[in-house]
Amino acid sequence: MADDPLVIAGREFGSRLILGTGGAGNLAILEQALLAAQTELTTVAIRRIDTTGAGAGVLDLLSRHGIDPLPNTAGCRSAAEAVLTASLGREALQTSWVKLEVIADDRTLLPDPIELLDAAEQLVDDGFTVLPYTNDDPVLARRLADVGCAAVMPLGSPIGTGLGIRNPHNIEMIVAQAQVPVVLDAGIGTASEAAFAMELGCDAVLLASAVTRADDPPRMAEAMRLAVQAGRQARLAGRIPQRFWARASSPDRSLP
Amino acid sequence: MTVTVNGQCWELPDGSALADVLARLGTPPRGVAVALNGAVVPRAFWAGTALRDGASIDVVTAVQGG
Repeated sequence: MADDPLVIAGREFGSRLILGTGGAGNLAILEQALLAAQTELTTVAIRRIDTTGAGAGVLDLLSRHGIDPLPNTAGCRSAAEAVLTASLGREALQTSWVKLEVIADDRTLLPDPIELLDAAEQLVDDGFTVLPYTNDDPVLARRLADVGCAAVMPLGSPIGTGLGIRNPHNIEMIVAQAQVPVVLDAGIGTASEAAFAMELGCDAVLLASAVTRADDPPRMAEAMRLAVQAGRQARLAGRIPQRFWARASSPDRSLP
Repeated sequence: MTVTVNGQCWELPDGSALADVLARLGTPPRGVAVALNGAVVPRAFWAGTALRDGASIDVVTAVQGG
C-alpha cells in the first residue's frame, strides 16, 4: 500500500510480496504471474551459462517490467561457495543485494546455520546488502541481524513443501525481537498462509512454488497479493483477544 | 594449453586471454559474470587477463530460481 511501504536497507517497496522466479513452466506464465503479483523485487539463481540458451530470457523479462532481480545463492552448501556465488551475482547483475542461502542437504533444503552465519558476516564485511534465508530460529535470526544483515527471512516450512507455517510462535518471537524487517520465506502453500504470515507480524512474504507450480499461476499470484495486503491490514488493525467463552455482540437487554 | 570452462576441457592457443573464452562462448553483453580459479574477474579485466595451462573458468548468468 502506498502509505505503508516496506523499507529494507533504506529502500522503499510498495509491494510486500516478493515473488521468486523459480519453478515456472515457461516465461510467458512467469511474466503473467509477476504482473499479477505486482512484485517489485524477484529472486533469480546464478548458474553456469548454458550454450543451448535454456534458462535465458528472464533478465530481459524483468527489465521490460522494471522488476529488480535479487540474485540468490541457491544450491550453495558452504560459506565459501555462497560468497563466490554472491560475488558473481553482484558482478553479473550490478547489485550488491543478495538473498543468501546456504543449505545443508538436498532432502530438507534446510539452511546450515553455521555456514550461513559465516557467509553473512563475510558478505556484510564486503559491502553486500544481505537478506538471509534462515531457519525459524529466533536466536539465529538475532545473530544474523547482529552481524549486519538487512533483513531476516525465516522459513515457514521447508522449501517447496507447501506445509505453511509450522511454528507460528517462533515466527512471532523473531518478529518481536527483530531490529530489521522479517520476510517469511519458504513453505507457503496457499493464500491463507501468506495472510497468516503477515498477521503474525512479518513485514513481507517471499514465495515462488506456491504460485509457479499452482494450476493457474497468475490467479494464485493475485490471490497471494490480496492475501498479503489483507494480512498486513489485519495486523495493523489489531485482532481481538481470543476468549474461551462466547461474548455476545448484540445488546443483552430490551428483548421484546 | 588446456583449460576448463564450465566443467569442460578446452584446448586454447598459448597466449589466450579470458576475453577469448567469452567470445567463443558467444557471451551476451550483460548479465554475465566470470570467475577464474575461484575468483571473480570484472568485465573490464577480461581482455587483459592472460590464461595459463590448467586454468579453471566459470561463466555464469541469472536464470529462473529461488
